[in-house]
Amino acid sequence: MRILLVEDDAEVARFVKKGLQEAGHTVEHAPNGRDGLFLAASEQFDMLVLDRMLPGGVDGVRLVETLRSQGNRTPVLFLSALSAVDERVKGLKAGGDDYLTKPFAFAELLARVEALARRPSVDAPATRLRVADLELDLLSRNVSRAGKRIDVQPREFRLLEHLMRHAGQVVTRTMLLEKVWDYHFDPQTNVIDVHVSRLRQKLDKGFDKPLIHTVRNAGYMIRAEP
Amino acid sequence: MAWGQAGAWRQRPLKAVRPRGAIPRRKPPEASLPGTVLGPPRLLKSAGFRFAALFAAMFAIAAIALVAVLWWATAGALDRQTDATVRADAIALTERWRDAGATGLAEAIEERLAVDVENELIYLLMDIEGQRRLAGNLDRWPAGLPADAAWIRTRVLHDGLATEARLHRVELPGLRLLVGRDETERSQLRRLLTEGVVWASGAVAVFALAGAWLIRHALQTWMGPAFVTTAAIAGGDLSSRVALSGRGDEFDRLAQTLNTMLDRIGTLMEGVRGVSDAIAHDLRTPIARARAKLEDALATSPDEEALRAAVEQGIADLDGISRIFQALLRIAEAEAGARRAAFAPFDLAPVLADAAEIYDAMAEARGQRLRTALPATLEVIGDRDLLLQAVANLLDNAIKFTPPDGSVELTARQAGAAIEVAVADDGPGISPEDRNHVGERFFRADKARATPGSGLGLSLVRAVAHLHAGEVRLEDAVAGRDPPGLRFVLRLPAP
Repeated sequence: MRILLVEDDAEVARFVKKGLQEAGHTVEHAPNGRDGLFLAASEQFDMLVLDRMLPGGVDGVRLVETLRSQGNRTPVLFLSALSAVDERVKGLKAGGDDYLTKPFAFAELLARVEALARRPSVDAPATRLRVADLELDLLSRNVSRAGKRIDVQPREFRLLEHLMRHAGQVVTRTMLLEKVWDYHFDPQTNVIDVHVSRLRQKLDKGFDKPLIHTVRNAGYMIRAEP
Repeated sequence: MAWGQAGAWRQRPLKAVRPRGAIPRRKPPEASLPGTVLGPPRLLKSAGFRFAALFAAMFAIAAIALVAVLWWATAGALDRQTDATVRADAIALTERWRDAGATGLAEAIEERLAVDVENELIYLLMDIEGQRRLAGNLDRWPAGLPADAAWIRTRVLHDGLATEARLHRVELPGLRLLVGRDETERSQLRRLLTEGVVWASGAVAVFALAGAWLIRHALQTWMGPAFVTTAAIAGGDLSSRVALSGRGDEFDRLAQTLNTMLDRIGTLMEGVRGVSDAIAHDLRTPIARARAKLEDALATSPDEEALRAAVEQGIADLDGISRIFQALLRIAEAEAGARRAAFAPFDLAPVLADAAEIYDAMAEARGQRLRTALPATLEVIGDRDLLLQAVANLLDNAIKFTPPDGSVELTARQAGAAIEVAVADDGPGISPEDRNHVGERFFRADKARATPGSGLGLSLVRAVAHLHAGEVRLEDAVAGRDPPGLRFVLRLPAP
């Protein structure tokens, strides 16, 4: 994936660039808003990672607004030290697709970048999701593994649906909280882990091949291979 | 019991509420900024002067209107009356001339003059050439009468005396007739009236100026305390308050509002000071700990594996620090009331159900039961994420302090004009003397030192309650039981 990173802090930029490159992406870096806007408008990128506050007269929000007004739909992930909910709403309203507060774990950033890049397409809505022998029917809201029906609660269904839509990708705990429960808050304790492990028990009981994997220091991933 | 983070937090001495006067005074800067110069304002810029001028103008306009009406009703009425009688007289004489010709007219005039005891009628009938007097009591045609005016006020020689007269000229074929009235008495009256008006105007001017001066003076007196106070505050002395006059008038209300505002600013300043104290005292400890661990690992790690573990631990410590930081910021935001922007009407019931669902799994994992009793709908106006965070903190706290096999209860109800959300647990409860400290940042009751937590959770609950114009209350979950358990009630006003 070709990613444009607009970030004025050299150390953070170096760290993010290196990490994304190691994950197999091509990264261009612009140290200020004006250069970032110029690059984003003149070249083709699959994803923009923007700092919210930038030097050079064009901040992250202005940059996205300008791009969106030109019809540029490239996914945008905001990185920001401004954590207030109002700021987050401002960033998303301007046309950002996701918002990550500094300081952040690189795994969180990577998971969000990859989730944004492979967002489920709206044109062909899937009615059935499948990972290995696990099947999830979005219409009848049935979950079955190897043909055997598994009873899940509505929230567990949504949790599983989100994991399966991002099969093979890391999904972090905060992403689950935001996407499955639709709240922005700090649960203080490992409540998400408890929910995931309950779901995992239901899915893996009686099967020797686990499907939901814990990715250390990052989150969870559902995939066929161990 | 309490709320907070692992044992290393020491208990801070409880801070007494600082008396007003104890806020440190800063010396006002020597050179004041433009616009903060506190000398008397220039006359034209002074609101007191403008009010005074306005008062004087209104007073004068009212006086002028009064005099005009008086004049119209007295002197004016007399004039109109004179004109009316003269006109009627002239018409009657013209009729007489039509009936009896010039001779009859002259006779009529002489008749009228003969019965005029007050000696105020004036007539003069002459032939058209103006040579011969036919009748009347004027010796000759008054000099300098305008040729075309029908109504004239002039001086004539009447009975050997020059008097003021109102004359009406009537042109008849071959004749010229003047009908008039001696106005000596009326002009005396008018003169008297004029004199009265002049004196009254003088008095009006004096009263207007005196009133204006009084208003200006009063304004300065009333505004004075607020002015002195705001000047003192601009100079850095935040403890100053506007003195009340005790009259309970608009100025007192303004002063009270100002004082309330200043108190609020003082509280906010205290809050900021509290946060910086908290950061200084309580954030430094984990930072120091993380730093020490990393330094130690750098110096003594035997192999790369140990070093890697130390770095990972360091990152985890930093994440913990940034969470404390985030919580502090949220509290500060809520306390400052800055988060009202996200207020919207919504149904609290499903949010509470979600919170219960999120924490139910955690309670279950600890062998506890989480019971709920929620109404179908619970309309509130507020910040959905913050209220969820507050309830989540309460549930998290309750689950932490409830023993295995215990139960936690989340209830909500509409109680009149309020909405009560309560979380009760089977934990050790909290002693009445500690209850007042719950919600102070980083407060952790002694029994809770060993339980993980930052001591910020309930601070946030309290700040969120205040942001929503609500309050928090702590009570025994079951009074008399041992342990009593804790019931934390969040009371919000219903919309």
